[in-house]
Amino acid sequence: MEYNNRLLLKGNEALVYGALLAGCDCFFGYPITPASEIAHSAAALFPKLNRVFIQAESEIAAINMVIGAVAEGRRAMTASSGLGISLKQEEVSYLAAYEMPAVIADITRGGPGLGNIGPEQADYFQLVKGGGHGSYKCLVFTPNSVQEMCDMAYDSFRMAEKYRMPAYIMADGVIGQMMESLTLPEPAAYDYDPEWKMGRIVDGKANIITSIYLEHDDLEELNRRLQAKYRLIEETEQRAEEFMTDDAEIVLVAYGISSRVAAGAVAMLREEGIRAGLVRPKMVFPFPKNALRKLLNNGHARALVSVELSAGQMIEDIRLAIDCRLPVHLCNRMGGNIPSCGDICDMVKAIRKEIKQ
Amino acid sequence: MSETVKFGKSSVFFDTFERRPGPIRKNMHYCPGCGHGILHKLIAEAIGHCGIQKDTVLIAPVGCAVFAYYYFNCGSISVAHGRAPAVGTGVSRANPKSFVISYQGDGDLGAIGFNEFIQAANRGEKMTVFFVNNANYGMTGGQMAPTTLPGQKTMTSPYGRNTATDGFPLKVCELANALEAPVYIERVALTTTPRIRDARKAVFKAVENLRDRKGFSLVEVLSPCPVNLKMSAQEINAFIEERMEKYFPLGCFRDRSSETFPAPMPPPPVRDPEKVKELLFPRKLNIGVPKTFRNESKIFNYERRIKIGGFGGQGILSLGIMLANMAKLRNFNVTWMPSYGPEQRGGSASCSIILSHSKIPSPLIDRDCNLLIAMTQTALEKYIHELKPNGVLLYDSSTMKRPDVTPDKKVLGIDALDIATNRVGNPKCANSVILGALSVILIDHYLEGEDKLDFDRAFEEAIIDGFSSKPEVIKQNLYAFYEGKKVALERDKAKDNPA
Ligand SMILES: Cc1ncc(C[n+]2csc(CCOP(=O)(O)OP(=O)(O)O)c2C)c(N)n1
Ligand code: SF4
Ligand SMILES: [Mg+2]
Repeated sequence: MEYNNRLLLKGNEALVYGALLAGCDCFFGYPITPASEIAHSAAALFPKLNRVFIQAESEIAAINMVIGAVAEGRRAMTASSGLGISLKQEEVSYLAAYEMPAVIADITRGGPGLGNIGPEQADYFQLVKGGGHGSYKCLVFTPNSVQEMCDMAYDSFRMAEKYRMPAYIMADGVIGQMMESLTLPEPAAYDYDPEWKMGRIVDGKANIITSIYLEHDDLEELNRRLQAKYRLIEETEQRAEEFMTDDAEIVLVAYGISSRVAAGAVAMLREEGIRAGLVRPKMVFPFPKNALRKLLNNGHARALVSVELSAGQMIEDIRLAIDCRLPVHLCNRMGGNIPSCGDICDMVKAIRKEIKQ
Repeated sequence: MSETVKFGKSSVFFDTFERRPGPIRKNMHYCPGCGHGILHKLIAEAIGHCGIQKDTVLIAPVGCAVFAYYYFNCGSISVAHGRAPAVGTGVSRANPKSFVISYQGDGDLGAIGFNEFIQAANRGEKMTVFFVNNANYGMTGGQMAPTTLPGQKTMTSPYGRNTATDGFPLKVCELANALEAPVYIERVALTTTPRIRDARKAVFKAVENLRDRKGFSLVEVLSPCPVNLKMSAQEINAFIEERMEKYFPLGCFRDRSSETFPAPMPPPPVRDPEKVKELLFPRKLNIGVPKTFRNESKIFNYERRIKIGGFGGQGILSLGIMLANMAKLRNFNVTWMPSYGPEQRGGSASCSIILSHSKIPSPLIDRDCNLLIAMTQTALEKYIHELKPNGVLLYDSSTMKRPDVTPDKKVLGIDALDIATNRVGNPKCANSVILGALSVILIDHYLEGEDKLDFDRAFEEAIIDGFSSKPEVIKQNLYAFYEGKKVALERDKAKDNPA
């Protein structure tokens, strides 16, 4: 049979394709806009490959089902939007402590509260800073196209397994809802037999999974081990796209839908002879500090602008990455609104004027 | 107690509890007289008896039994408070060969985790739940549980459980018995020897059901917590038998074990890459252009922004998808973005399509639209302000009157619904009629050279590709496309089009 690997899909559907091609065996979900197509498409596709789909009774139940499936050595995922992710935080913390992988998609919407279903990027703190209790981190992928929804879903399983920790795919409602054409990767070979799997015998005893460390020293040791792992990830796994940053005077920093608008703005500014650039994090944990630090000594960058659909969450990490050695401005919209390329250009021009004075 | 129950020795129960931190490895961590220890031994014995030790996964709750894994030599997961049945669901679905035991207290199951419990029961998950009802929260120091008796004093009901404000004790077996799926439901007590013998029978039956993959079994165990209830061994037994049992009668609520057949094993997941591709990858069709193909017409040097509005059922979204598909087949960058959520509620539907040779920033359109296709009056009124000066408006003239717009705009009406209904015989094809008319506008007014010739083919291919699994639908839509085209051409010729 001859196949065509190029097709037109919604971001949410592409994510499911990526997961299935990566060898995901189980999907557990609960409906929520703008993430529901993930569940729809998983419900349609997983059973066709005898894989597991369950519509759980809640997001809490869904992530617990993921834990059960992962404990059995299967690749498993769940998907939701901000509100549902808030509910899952307890188990994300458990997963971090169990040192078990899981893939969680967050198709973000407007908050706080019920908010609305428009695109916001205000789950950044919740996903990047831990969100639940304890000192832990999760891998956080930030796709900005349908192609990346597929590719990052595909990659997230491997990385989550490599580091034995939960991985988020954080995409806003626009990236989830839009259709674009994409090229599908080849199905991954199945070679998965993790050591935490139930049924193994460890030191002559049946394997167990627990997050309890009654002895303070034991728990401290777990925490030290986790922190060492996070440091290693920060050193080795940063991912960012740099667009016209080499000589840029003003560098935008944006991910997801904001990064596409920001790229449009950079192109417009360049046409007017303004040296703008863009650093686009493809992951926000680990945060692409190196790409930003590089700007400090290149003799061109005068200011950074965080373009986000939130009150300014990523901006804190930008400032930390460069030790506040350049001014970092915020160009944001909230409530489901998106700045236009023109809005961003105006802001860049205003900043430039300020610098020149 | 004159007689004691002899626990059968089980390899499932460790001799020394090496997983217990600290120096005490011979004794259990439970208080003297606690029911948990007795129940552990009964369960371990039943697992041994059933020969399922290797594949048993015991899910431990948060509560005094959180350390169950000190004692059981079988797979075990210590999970979040109340979530054991959900984790158990994941285990048993991911590995149907596993035997899942969910062990839970009354706070764990009856309060924080009741939903996970009742939903797993309702789905008839292949698992056995042991529910330890000790009328209080043991681990946290004796607070009120959902099962605490009316008037019973606890740390958080110091004046006694007040049914007017705290409600009545939760009857878990009775609630589960209202469901269709469970196979076996019984309530037992761990007080005197005869009751412990009955409890042993129930535990065995529930584990046998697990072994035989019969479905969901629940054993509720009235269990002594002498420490928190501040009672002696005699007093706590009397409390259970005289007061708890009145409220929570012992006995079998349901036993469909003998008439339930073992569930068939689900087939293993398909991992063969060829099979996966067969499902996910579209078949190669003999259409499209080489990767190097590029439409050269000048209009595509810039982003082209198209908005389509109407109501659900008119094929608004699929018209957009056909356009996007056409763009995909001709190597454009393309985005398609639907209105989603509440906007659909009133029945209206819209989508935005952007095609370009360069990267497309945002797929949303709320201004600077080059082409507006309106299939209803409401959509027209809603989106007309987004149309650029010199933009094109295409509308269904069989359902709308000619709109009044500024003269810089090019306007074309086509009787889409009429043509689809009367000539094509399927009103659902109105969108393809529109597509036909659109191709005329594009070819006549915007495309150049070779592209003029290619474009009809491109639209045709988009229809074929979009409906590749439904030949009948392709036929009808192609017919509608050409009807739309014909009518638009005739109009063009008759100079009826003031554009
Ligand atoms: C989310 C959460 N809330 C509260 C607690 C604290 N907690 C630990 S055990 C427990 C009650 C357990 O009572 P029960 O389920 O009746 O078990 P028992 O100890 O009586 O066997 C509570 C509230 C917790 N661990 N997690
Ligand atoms: S507090 Fe109660 S339930 Fe917990 S171990 Fe002691 S007696 Fe048992
Ligand atoms: Mg209790």
